[in-house]
Amino acid sequence: MGITLPVLILALPFAMFLILGIGGVKMSRKLAGVLGICANGALLAMSYTVAFTYFFSGETAYIIDGVRQQLQLFDVTWMAFTERLVVNIGFLLDPISAMMLIVITTISFMVHLYSWGYMEHEPGFQRYYAFLSLFTFSMLGLVVATNIFQMYIFWELVGVSSYLLIGFFYKLPSAVSASKKAFIVTRFADLFMLIGILVLSYYVSQTPADGPLGGASAFNFIMLNNNSANVLESTLCGTFMGGSILSWAMVFIFVGGMGKSAMLPLHIWLPDAMEGPTPVSALIHAATMVVAGVYLVARFFPLYLIADGSLLFITVVGAITAFYAAVVACCQIDIKRILAFSTISQIAFMMVSLGVTRPELHEGMGYMASMFHLFTHAMFKALLFLGAGALIHAVHSNNYTAMGGMRKYMPVTHWTFLIGCLAIAGIPPFSGFFSKDEMLTAMYANSPLWGAWMTMVAALTAFYMFRMYFRVFWWEENPHYKDHTPHDAPWQMSVPLIFLAAVSCVAGFIPFGEFVTWDRAPYHIHLDMSVAIPSICVAVVAIAFAAWLYAKKNEKPSKMKVAMPVLWEAAHRRFYWDEIYMFVTHKIIFNGICRGIAWFDRHIIDGTMDGLAAVTQFASAKIKGMQSGNVQTYVIWYFFGALLLAAITWICLL
Amino acid sequence: MDYSQFGAMLPELIILGVFLLVFLYDTFGCDCSKKFLTPFTTVLFGLATVAIWLIPSYDEYIFGGMYVNDTACQAMKAILNVGVFIVFLQSAKWTESDEVAIRKGEFYELILVTLFGMYLMISARHFLLFVIGLESASLPLAALVAFNKKHYESHEAAAKYILTAVFSSAILMMGLSFVYAFSGGSLYFSDICSNIVNGRGTGLLVVALAFVLAGIGFKLSLVPFHLWTADVYQGAPTAITSYLSVISKGAAAFAFFVIFAQAFGTLYSEVWEWMMYAVIIATITVGNLFAIRQRNMKRFMAFSSISQAGYIMLGVMAGGIGLASMMYYIFVYIVSNLGAFAVISSIENNSGKLSMDDYTGLHKTNPWLSFAMTLAMFSLAGIPPFAGFFSKILIFTAVTSTGSTALYMLVLVALINTIISLYYYLLVVKAIWITPGESAIANYRSACSERIALWLCVAGIIFFGIVPFIYEYCVKAVIG
Repeated sequence: MGITLPVLILALPFAMFLILGIGGVKMSRKLAGVLGICANGALLAMSYTVAFTYFFSGETAYIIDGVRQQLQLFDVTWMAFTERLVVNIGFLLDPISAMMLIVITTISFMVHLYSWGYMEHEPGFQRYYAFLSLFTFSMLGLVVATNIFQMYIFWELVGVSSYLLIGFFYKLPSAVSASKKAFIVTRFADLFMLIGILVLSYYVSQTPADGPLGGASAFNFIMLNNNSANVLESTLCGTFMGGSILSWAMVFIFVGGMGKSAMLPLHIWLPDAMEGPTPVSALIHAATMVVAGVYLVARFFPLYLIADGSLLFITVVGAITAFYAAVVACCQIDIKRILAFSTISQIAFMMVSLGVTRPELHEGMGYMASMFHLFTHAMFKALLFLGAGALIHAVHSNNYTAMGGMRKYMPVTHWTFLIGCLAIAGIPPFSGFFSKDEMLTAMYANSPLWGAWMTMVAALTAFYMFRMYFRVFWWEENPHYKDHTPHDAPWQMSVPLIFLAAVSCVAGFIPFGEFVTWDRAPYHIHLDMSVAIPSICVAVVAIAFAAWLYAKKNEKPSKMKVAMPVLWEAAHRRFYWDEIYMFVTHKIIFNGICRGIAWFDRHIIDGTMDGLAAVTQFASAKIKGMQSGNVQTYVIWYFFGALLLAAITWICLL
Repeated sequence: MDYSQFGAMLPELIILGVFLLVFLYDTFGCDCSKKFLTPFTTVLFGLATVAIWLIPSYDEYIFGGMYVNDTACQAMKAILNVGVFIVFLQSAKWTESDEVAIRKGEFYELILVTLFGMYLMISARHFLLFVIGLESASLPLAALVAFNKKHYESHEAAAKYILTAVFSSAILMMGLSFVYAFSGGSLYFSDICSNIVNGRGTGLLVVALAFVLAGIGFKLSLVPFHLWTADVYQGAPTAITSYLSVISKGAAAFAFFVIFAQAFGTLYSEVWEWMMYAVIIATITVGNLFAIRQRNMKRFMAFSSISQAGYIMLGVMAGGIGLASMMYYIFVYIVSNLGAFAVISSIENNSGKLSMDDYTGLHKTNPWLSFAMTLAMFSLAGIPPFAGFFSKILIFTAVTSTGSTALYMLVLVALINTIISLYYYLLVVKAIWITPGESAIANYRSACSERIALWLCVAGIIFFGIVPFIYEYCVKAVIG
């Protein structure tokens, strides 16, 4: 494969960002929309070409003896700090990046199309499309990064575009504070990631250039992953608080992933990020950006495997987050928040699946299952978000209390939403069943504890999704419909829903193990009935329970609420995480630490600067006589300057 | 004599050819064809520039070792050529103005002659050839500075320039005669390099080097040899000012490096390392201290260019990689500074305004010019991600890579000075975007050539930094 397509894949969305961002003001909405959608269609075609050529052409460049190859289609030096600390910009093609190309461009295209209908009447329509292009560019750059530094650059760019899109309705104070919250929390996490990168690359770059780690830059993924044993060796020179340097570095890098993927305790930004336009939530906060953390772990998997303790850390964080988010999702009213917590929970599922992966357990299928779930989840969660967007578009409220009985009014949305719910609940033959089953198998193989725990989370998932489904589409019709009858969305919004629903129906039958595995050798998927049957059973029971509670209007839910007021209130308030953060930041950090820092800043830093300015101004005023305008003086300065120079040097030499 | 040796000095021959063609066209062309002189020269020079980028270089010394045109020299010439091309573009409109139109041929011819001299300065490996180059790059400049015949300031500037230039030449010659004494009667750089150690420890040697440094430092306007700069920059026509501030300075910096590395390289740690510390610190600091007081844009740019010369000189302290980063710095400096001058001269040509106070509210009337000026200021101040940031960081890392504590201190002083420079560069940006008030400059459409020049500079400012190949080109030219 030449470098034309890869370069175009990165250049096109960036060019669209510039064109729509700079020229958008002068464009009509229609032109901007059509331009954005067409460019994204072209991007979709190019990415599919690249990914399908990679997966299906069977050329020896891509696959040798069934093992898929990793190749850098291009990798140019961008900045060279030292011989080994070289920052490259490149395009890495391997199973996971090819899969992500498909996921990103598919969802991005669907969202572009959907937004044409959804955002039709919003001011700043052109700006919106420009930001979408920027996001697509950043996300593509992130997944095709050949080295951790390039990934970090695009990681931050993704954060910026997320910030811009969450705060798209910049006149709403809640949107502005949500965008700031998202940016600050993820940026805080990225600080750890940067430290991790620096620690790792520092030790690697200390090794001799002619050794096994030489020859490529110290950031390069392929070099690091293929020589993981040597990386471990290069970091053996010390320990820190009982952990090896490599473990610390990898855990710190993972903390960056925790921020982007909204793992506990850095999850607080994601529910608030729902202030952004709903298609944005579907693209960024459900399907692509939030799985960057999972992608990061998958990308560095060989290193996580040998950094002892780091996978256990990932598993524990994931398991706690998955359960926490599922419980909270059961008690939310805002349908987008429910989906947000569901996203957190599902991403944590993928994290646990990666965390339990060991090469000796089912040939490391947890990795494959995690990527499989990433793929299917992207599709059905985008579907659910877009469906929620259609509902919100119809009733102009985010709360399910304003809905109810919608199945009659919005049949397309209803059926597609139902498919999404069935998929996420893990009911065969929808896609979520297959990926979740693989993940659970991997978890049981590692330890029955993880398996049982995550099966419980799966049951909760089925329950809260169907709670929302019944509450929105069944229950009782909202009396307000008489004034304003809700109806299905225009075709631009329906087509993506139908397409994604179709994908969610069939994606489970993709033999995913043939394409993506941790060692890139094929793995033949088979259903493990001892896992599949119990998981179907718990899902069905949970759905039945939800139906019993919510299918018709009744008093049972409120009775349950009254029976357990503390639990309900705590779960509804997300177990007070926001309040804890408020307390820690406002009371402890702002008062305790920041006072001192502020004083230091005002008096020492500013004082130094003011002093520098005063000295500068003073000196400047003093020496202005030197520039008298008089040639004789100039020449005298010149001559005595030269002599003085000689004299100073002479004195220094003596 | 072997005439095939001339084949090795192709860049000089090309420039000579361009000069002769322009001269013949200007002298013998009929009056009706005169109006095409500007495009003729610009296009011809553009072709020459492309040719110089493309033609191969020869590593052999010719004319008995007096002259060499290796890859590094060739790259320096190519970089200077790009700058001159931009100067031609941005001065095209000025040359068509009533006062100048009749003499515009002279303008181009004089510039080309000085460029020829600068080529010799860079390629010379014998002080005789170097002095010839230096003088042919100096004297025509005096005529150029006086180009606005009807303006008193222009005359005054030219008089100041020629008087100080003559004085500095005398000092340089004096220094060279001392060097001649130590080198055993040779002015070849290679002979000087091997023989000058004989004078080790004598005061005369120190004086000799100080005088040579002063002579070349004059062209670079290093402190304390800089006092002519502000007056000359202010009085000269803006096209000449921009030429003086980038091309003349760039050529002198290259020559400075070549001379001190090749002729006096053996004395580095003994003698001139100390001089460089003093001169660099004084240059950066004094340039900054004066710049913060200026309101006249040309005077402002004069002091800014003095301080930039100090940063350029940092490259001298770091050997081969220093030369590469210096070349890169100069290239970036050329596009950034010429970007600023393109805006200044465009505004001057259209409205005659030159004061920073007149720039208030410029963004309302001329947003594109404001945009270009802002980028140029950001780049000069070294704000990422513009090219100026990368050129500064590369020259700093080159200097610190030698690992000596004294050099770290030098870079620290330079860093503190960048903070000061940030202040005055942002003053311009503040005047354009923030200071309230109606703009004194009405909206106008700048000439096509000016716009091309501006776009070239803006593209350079944005892309030279983030695209790595320019720096790689410099490294390859120097280190191979």
